[in-house]
Amino acid sequence: MKNTDQNSNYISGKTGDWEIVIGLEIHAQVLSSSKLFSGASTEFGKDPNHNVSLVDAAMPGMLPVINQTCIKQAIKSGIALNAEINKYSVFDRKNYFYADLPQGYQISQYKYPIVGEGSIKITDANGEDKVIGIERIHLEQDAGKSLHDQHPSKSFIDLNRTGVALMEIVSKPDLRSPEEAASYVKKIRTVLRYIETCDGNMEQGSLRADCNVSVRKPNGDLGTRCEIKNLNSIKFISQAIQYEAERQVEILENGGVIDQETRLFDTSTGETRSMRSKEDAHDYRYFPDPDLLPLELSDSQISEIRSDMPELPDQLVERLISEYGITKYDANVIVEEKEYVHYYENSAKNRDGKLVVNWMTSELFGLLKKNNIQFNQNPISPNHLNELVELIENKTISGKIAKDVFEIMFATSKSPKMIVKEKGLEQVTDDSVIEDFVDQVINENKDKVKEYLSGKDKLFGFFIGQVMKVSQGKANPGLVNKILKSKLK
Amino acid sequence: MNNNSKIDLDTLKKLGKLSRIPIDETGSNELMEDLNKIIGFIEQLNEVDTESVNPLSSVTGHNLPIREDVVDDGNKNNDVLENAPEKKSGYFVVPKVIE
Repeated sequence: MKNTDQNSNYISGKTGDWEIVIGLEIHAQVLSSSKLFSGASTEFGKDPNHNVSLVDAAMPGMLPVINQTCIKQAIKSGIALNAEINKYSVFDRKNYFYADLPQGYQISQYKYPIVGEGSIKITDANGEDKVIGIERIHLEQDAGKSLHDQHPSKSFIDLNRTGVALMEIVSKPDLRSPEEAASYVKKIRTVLRYIETCDGNMEQGSLRADCNVSVRKPNGDLGTRCEIKNLNSIKFISQAIQYEAERQVEILENGGVIDQETRLFDTSTGETRSMRSKEDAHDYRYFPDPDLLPLELSDSQISEIRSDMPELPDQLVERLISEYGITKYDANVIVEEKEYVHYYENSAKNRDGKLVVNWMTSELFGLLKKNNIQFNQNPISPNHLNELVELIENKTISGKIAKDVFEIMFATSKSPKMIVKEKGLEQVTDDSVIEDFVDQVINENKDKVKEYLSGKDKLFGFFIGQVMKVSQGKANPGLVNKILKSKLK
Repeated sequence: MNNNSKIDLDTLKKLGKLSRIPIDETGSNELMEDLNKIIGFIEQLNEVDTESVNPLSSVTGHNLPIREDVVDDGNKNNDVLENAPEKKSGYFVVPKVIE
């Protein structure tokens, strides 16, 4: 490990460097049609209290029955995170009172989670691989939603989300900077989306994170941590960690001590603040839920899921590098979203993979961003990008003209061949035509020719530029170069 | 739980708070006495050596019942809200609780 690289993560205080230590708990909503323990729908955005069964509303006498798909999804996620799958796990009651938790307890897993230790590879600030440990994944129920802004003294409660299955993915305290935390969340989200166990939609709250943050002198003993609850964007996660770490450093350097507590991040100020009701918050009095027997899995159940796993992002990166000869950086950009990979593989068929990836990541992504268009609304089909690169490869058009063609493709969704034909943009490779262009430029710039011939070599570039201009950019640059040289002797 | 775990007034107050049950000072002595009797009774179990015995989760020999992932419930807003002391626009309405 290079020391200088390490230091870039440190906070420099009055008393020297401080290292940030971060562990994350990610709550990922499981993709399933119905809830973890009831047959009510998980669909987002329904009328309030529509997707609620009497089980979710915790009416007396209702019994939870577990959803098979949620179990499979948790196992699948565990396998994708290289984790141990526990054949024996237990559901416990985590007791606390809150208006959006009608049972008075959350059904969760405490001592015996369904998934044990695993790991995930992320890219750190220096572009290097770093392995982050996963402590466990357990299944639990989501809570309902409280609306506090509808009335001055009342809260409104919607139980639609109550009982939807969550996977809580707990990392080891292996993260060392806000950037690493962001990279970790992104990677987890990508993996879950690939294997389709969570849609990763942070705006809708399908993926949220609690961040445990502490600071210490480099390689010293661990400091006291604070937990920042319920962050629902990657940007907020980075901001909250940065703020919190700096807050702790300031307290410690002024001789204070850190209270272990739960804090909230205020997205409008970028600050974290202490939650009021903290004293009894952690007295959850876990005990095994008497309504649910332990969950026992067989080897064949697990191996069946294992043999049916789709290609994972890390494997895909390796394959794209070896199959298309692109850089690791580019491969990572493409693999970030499944739809990018699909698009790339279709547009790179029989083409120069590097050329295609450049067009995709710089030109296409650039135009989409500039015009604020989502990737799935992309007006250029993979076939058309393939065709455009083919036109460049077989020298029908130059790279420069291709950019103009690309913009027309973007605006009209027309095929590049058609655009090139309609606008007469084919590259001129006919020697005699280019000779005419060259002659014209020489005739119009006699004084410059004289200067050039008397030793001002730098003017050669000027002549190239003029010929390209006269040809409206269509002359083959190699031929222009050759013919100009022979004529300017 | 060990033998010297006794419910004192502080513990009783904490239990009351966690259970959202108001503890009346006058009745607290009686409550403490009852709770300590219950705990004392349960604590007899500590006399049994369970060193090599796994926890028993069920005596029926059944496995955890499992259902298919099918939507066959919900869509009963009125039933769900039926007993709510206060409701509005399809929501339960409760005293404001902000953390």
